[in-house]
Order: sequence, then C-alpha cells, then structure tokens
Amino acid sequence: MNSEVVIAGVGQVPVGEHYHLSLRSLAAKAMLAAIHEAGDIRPQAVFAGNMLAGTLSRQSNLGALLTDNINLRGVEGTTVEAAGASGAAALRLGYLAIASGYIDSALVVGVDKYTDSVGADVDAALAQTLDSDYELMAGLTPVAQAALVMRRYMHTYNVAHEAFAPVAVNGHARAANNPNAMFRKAITVEQYRSAEDQVSPLNLYDIAPYGDGAAAVLLIHSDKLEKKPDHPLVRITGSSVVTDTLALHDRQEMLAWYAAAFSIERACRQAGIMPQDVDFFEYDDACSIYAALSVEAAGFARRGTGCEFIAAGSLPVATMGGQKGRGNSLGGSGVYQAVEATLQLRGQAGKNQVPGAKRALIHNLGGAAATAISHVLEL
Amino acid sequence: MEIPRHWRLKQQRYALVGEVCPHCEGKIFPPRDVCPHCSGEAKTPYAFSGRGEVYSYTRISDGPAGFEESAPYTIALVKLEEGPLVTAQLTDLGGQPVDIGMPVEMVTRRIRSDGDERGMIVYGYKFRPVMAAQA
Amino acid sequence: MESTNASTANFPGLLKPARPVGFTGYGAYVPRYRLPNSEVARIWTDAKGGPVKEKAVTGPDEDVITMSIEAARNAIARAGISPLLLRAVWIGSESHPYAVKPSSTVVAEAIGASPHIQAADLEFACKAGTEAIVAAIGLVGSGMADYAMGIGMDTAQGKPADALEYTAGCGGAAYIIGPAEDALCLIESTYSYVTDTPDFWRRAEQKYPEHGQRFTGDPAYFKHILAAAETMMEASGTKASDYQYAVFHQPNPKFPQRAAATLGFKPEQISTGLLVPVIGNTYAGAAIIGLTAVLDVAQPGDRILMVSYGSGAGSDAFSLVVTDKILERRDRATKTADYIARRTPIDYGNYVRYRGKLALR
Repeated sequence: MNSEVVIAGVGQVPVGEHYHLSLRSLAAKAMLAAIHEAGDIRPQAVFAGNMLAGTLSRQSNLGALLTDNINLRGVEGTTVEAAGASGAAALRLGYLAIASGYIDSALVVGVDKYTDSVGADVDAALAQTLDSDYELMAGLTPVAQAALVMRRYMHTYNVAHEAFAPVAVNGHARAANNPNAMFRKAITVEQYRSAEDQVSPLNLYDIAPYGDGAAAVLLIHSDKLEKKPDHPLVRITGSSVVTDTLALHDRQEMLAWYAAAFSIERACRQAGIMPQDVDFFEYDDACSIYAALSVEAAGFARRGTGCEFIAAGSLPVATMGGQKGRGNSLGGSGVYQAVEATLQLRGQAGKNQVPGAKRALIHNLGGAAATAISHVLEL
Repeated sequence: MEIPRHWRLKQQRYALVGEVCPHCEGKIFPPRDVCPHCSGEAKTPYAFSGRGEVYSYTRISDGPAGFEESAPYTIALVKLEEGPLVTAQLTDLGGQPVDIGMPVEMVTRRIRSDGDERGMIVYGYKFRPVMAAQA
Repeated sequence: MESTNASTANFPGLLKPARPVGFTGYGAYVPRYRLPNSEVARIWTDAKGGPVKEKAVTGPDEDVITMSIEAARNAIARAGISPLLLRAVWIGSESHPYAVKPSSTVVAEAIGASPHIQAADLEFACKAGTEAIVAAIGLVGSGMADYAMGIGMDTAQGKPADALEYTAGCGGAAYIIGPAEDALCLIESTYSYVTDTPDFWRRAEQKYPEHGQRFTGDPAYFKHILAAAETMMEASGTKASDYQYAVFHQPNPKFPQRAAATLGFKPEQISTGLLVPVIGNTYAGAAIIGLTAVLDVAQPGDRILMVSYGSGAGSDAFSLVVTDKILERRDRATKTADYIARRTPIDYGNYVRYRGKLALR
C-alpha cells in the first residue's frame, strides 16, 4: 500500500431522540468506539464537526470538552463548523492534517445534540445557517429554502412532485436494514404520494428528520499504523471543499448546484477517477430535492432528470438510508456518511451491502449547497 | 436585543436600497463589499424600484422564533426588474393564489419584534400583488 | 349655541400664510381587509344593526408607520419632488405604534427625507392629522421651508361590543405642503376652533377609548364643526354653493350629513368625500382621506371646504381651490377608489387576530 490517509476505526450512535445523553456523552460513544475499533490508537488531534452546540446546548469549544471528557487531555482539539457539512469539514481537516505530514493520526467526530432545546428556538437555531441579515430576517427556514429550490426545479423542468418519491422510498428501505437508523421502516410510493404537505411543495417524506447523533472515524497515516486491525483499511483518495453564495438569492444559477459539481469533480480528479467509476454514492438528502440536484451535479444525470436516475437504481445511493432514513444529525451527517461508506467497502453493511463495492463517493452539503464537501473512499 | 444590526440595515430594509457598481453598473441587492459581476469595490447606494415578479415561493406554517405570530406566511424569491433576486415575505394576499411570474411590488411592513413584545419593531420590505391598474 | 362667528369683536381673522401655499402632492392609504358590520353584529347583537357597511382593517404586519410610509410615497410620487426637499415630516395619530419612539423618524427614513428635517408625532385626537397640516402650512408659508409633509393616519381603536367597534377603521392620508406656484390645490386659508370638550378620550396605557354617548353630538362634534365652518365661510365671504365639494370629519355617516345640511350643503357636495360607509372612521385620517377622494376627481377651479374634528381638540377648517396641476399629477399614484376597491372581507376571528386583540402569551 502507498503511504496514504486511511480510516482505521469507525464508531456511530443510532440517530434519534437521546434525551438521556448529553452532547459530550453522545460524542464519547462514537469517539471511543472508533478508537477501540482502530486498535486503541490514541489520536494526536481531534476535529469535532458541530453545527449548533453553541446555540442549542449553550456550549462552545468542543475541542476541549470532547477530548477532556474521554481523557484525551493534551491532544490537539478544535471545532469545525460548516452548517450541515460540519462533519465532512472536520473529516477534510483531519485528512489535510495527516496528508500534510504534520500529524500522524486524528479522530474526526461529527456530533449534534438536536434535542437539548425545544420549541421555536430550535427552528431559529437551524435557520442560523441562512444569511441572517437577508434570509433569516425575512422569516426563511432551511426547509423553506429547499422548498423554494424545489418549486423552481419543478417549474423549470416540468417535474411532478411524485417524481421525488424514490429518494424517500430508497432511504426508508435502506434504513430498515440499518441498526443505527432513526426510522427503520420501509415506505411505499403511495405513502409518499399521500403524505401531509409540510412546506409546499415539500411533504413529510421530502424532509429528513432531525435527531441527535454522533459518528467518528479514526484516521491515520498508513505508514504510522503499528498494528493492522482485523478489518480492511479504507483509503481517502479524494477530498474537496467548495463554497457558493451563502444566500440562495445571490446564486447566479440557482439550479446549477455549482459548489456540489465542482467539489465532486475535484475530489474525483484527485482520486484519478470519474464519478461514474464509483460503486455507490452517498448523497446529501436533507431534503429530497437536494438528492436530485446532487446526482445531477455529479454528472450521473442530466439536469432535471436526477429523480429518474435515482428511480432507475443503476447506481446504489444513500446505501444505509441517507439522512432521510438514518436521520439528519446536522453536524454529524458527514461523518455518518464516512462511517457507512467504510462499512460498505469493508463488506460489513449487512443486508444493505453493495456487492463487491470498492470505491465510494460521499457528498455532504452545508445549507443549500453553500458549502459542498466530497470525499472519495477506496479499499 | 439586536438593536445595532437592525439600525445598521435600516436603509436596505425600509426602502430596498442596494448598490450600483461604479465600475460595471451592475445593480446589487443585498449590498455587498465587492461587486459580484466585476469584483470591483461596490459602494454607491442605489434605490431599487421595488417592482418584480415571483421567482419561487413557499408557505410556512411553523415560523421560527420571532415569526411564530406571523405564521402562516408566504415567503418568496422575488426577481427585481433591475435583475437581483431577493428573499422576502409576500403580504396582502388576501387568499389570492401565488404563482411563479406573478407581478409584485415592494411595501414596507412590520417584520417582527426584536425579542418579545417589549422589543423594538423591525420594519422592512415585503412584496404584495401589484395593485389594480390605476384608473 | 353661543356666538363664535367672525362677526364677534374679538375674532382675530383667518390663518393665512405670508407666502401663498398649497398641496403639491397627496397620497391615500387604505389597507386591504374589511370587517363588515354584519360580522360585529353577528357576535354581539344577534345580527342587529350597524351604522356602516364595513370598515377597513390592517393586515397583521401593518400599523400607523407602515401605512404612513405608503401614503407618503404616494404623495411624493404626485408631487414629483425629491424627498430630500422636505423640511418636515409630521404625523398625527391616536395609534402611534410606540408610546415612546417616534413614528415620524421611521417614515422620514423610509421615504428618504432624513436627516435635514423637522419630525414629530402629534397626538391630538382625530384632529391630529389636520393639525400637522396646519403646522406645515406655517413652516412653508413663513418661508422657512419650501416643502413639508403632514400625515394623519390611524388604526382606530374600538372596544369589543362597543358602538365604536362597528366603525373604528384603519387608513389615512399624507399631504405635501409647498409653494402655491407648484400646488395642485391652493390653501386659501384655515381656521381652527379649539375648546376642552370631553366627549371621547383614552387614558394612558388603556387599549380602548371611552366616549360620552350622545354627548359626542351637539356640544362636541356639531358645535365645533359648525363653528369652524361658519366662521370660515363668513370671514371669507363664501356660501355653501360656492364650494363644489365639502368634506367633514366622519365618525359615522349621519354626523357629516347633518352638519352639511345645517350649513346648507347638498348631499352631492359631500358624497364624494364621504368614505365612512365603506372604510369606517379612520380617526386622524378621516377628514383628510375624504379629501384625497375628492382630489382624485376634482377639476381645476373647484373650491373645497374641509373641516376636521377631534374630541377634546376642536375643529380645523380649510378653504381650498384646485389648480390645473391636478390633471397631470393625480394619476402618478394609486387613487383612493383603487384602495377601496381592493377589498377582502374577513370574519370576526381574523379581525381579532389581525388587530392584535388576542393574548398570545
């Protein structure tokens, strides 16, 4: 094996309403699991991806808190925030730190404690990821932002609402087989079609449910691994972060999903592959429209045909349920994707296993693709 | 209370004042530090006409904190006739259906209270269906 | 009724500015929603009665400031001047959104008139709007300023189940006072008749006003309206037939009709400016939005008498003459009739919500 950044251990907590678990305990479960699975490696640094602890848990400086809590005192530790892509941003920093040669190992954890607050304040906290002066102050929410994109998409490409059913149907079917998923129950197209309208045109099944969650991966430079663990090592061969305008109204072309397209292109180019060369795609389906746009951004489908591509099923997507089925743990999501892709590549995905999977593309969004982060993982 | 930021943005909010780029004459709203068209410094104030059309829209029945009492409300991306898109609530619909392409005009309305009912009232732009043609 | 006429020995004369002035722009505003009287009656009187057809009601995001901004923008559009030429923005209202924090500065800022201006909020019962206009006449008429804006606007309060709940409506108007040579309507003179007559009031921190039932009639409304109008006509040597239009403060349809008849006006002279049957009593906006409806249709040379009334405040009478500038200017902004035609009836439940009568916490 070439000298590379590899995932030596993974850990995750089922996404859900963990009222009895605090932010730090939630994170600790995932962190300790990843450390242990990697062969009890003490990481030199911890990168914590988190979106809302400062607001919902009134807690900042997770770098210190989360390391202290599991007796990793003395190691490097910082928090990374990029809205819903906070987890993937932490993964990116962990990857860069090791690839640069400055450190040998890093523990990347994505965590959010959604249920620490209740009521309209929670919605206001989620809306912080919007342009506060010019979107939030108009009363916009992240879900409403997705609705604005979806309405325009349906209008521009003459796509019916029902076309988005495969995102939810696939997500729930996969989640049924994922012990860490929030909703382990398959749904039918008919259930999707008759679901209650939420933020039109989004209905109940177009919106991934928010929940508490924590996921962690232990990264290490392959040359520095003293004892190879029992499971196969998964390599990170491509990594890219691209930003776009924070506010939707500032986009040059709203349906182009430029940040997503460029981030996927750059991550794949680094890995020396084309997006079509991957065996499965973990997209960001915080709202179903984003899954369709991400599929198009990757070049798997022409504009306006993302839903058809997902429906056709030629490329496995959201193989453990995606955010729709596994749950949207905000800053946790990007790391859940890394954990799930690692399990797939190791052949540990159970009933959701993509046979012979060797290469994965994972793709996490902050806001309406204001930040897009892509990683290529390979055996 | 967020008095300073509301005060700082009053021109933009009350009267849809953005910028015109002194280099490329691009019309900019909301105002920015650098022109998105030519990357020159943007700083010349420009009052938009307030006329535009609905580019996309949705309806919110569960408002976030500060907007609970406004819900249900319709929020839209409005394409201003000068070019930029702006995110704003639609008001004075009176049950009138909304469609993409519907002509709208800016009005200055109460947006929310800063904090609770003791806080200052924040006023700003919303859009309404264009009034009937004048006789 | 004691004599108050211009013939009395101590009559000081009509108010006339040193420099001739007039309205160079005007703008109305009426919100979209209407509460039919039948809805109030349905809740409180087993569907019996109601003095008007319906009243105008603000949407949940409107108040005196937002309505004043729109009326002021209409006035500026008609005047065709830069808002920076305004040297005053004065707003008369019984419904300023704040107890302390001026409405007029927000309006001035929104219309682009700040910062080289006078600004003030007036509370003077239903006469606050015309008082703002008289103050503006003084500022421009003295030569201290070329243009000044006076606004009368209200989201009128009426206690649930009270007689006022049928009529207390929302709306008003804005006027720009400027030099006579730029006027679409000349202001020949004004006269105010002011006494302490307690027929209606609202104590500090009370939500709804109290009123003196039939006491609001003869000693209050009629006494002041008639005194101001008669003095104006006598001192200016005019009679009712010299006016094409007359507009009186209109708390209900009957009062202005009776006042007009007493003064010798025919129904057709007051019908154009009698809006209370379709928008209700807009308090400080009531007389002056009647005048915008008249200006929307008046012809050059038409003479107009307008008399406001405020409880415990008195009456202001205005003698006005329309100029030919009206013809090119009135189409520059939304007309009063267009606002009135834009109507969405609401039920009592929505009314209670829109007008903030629900305790949400």
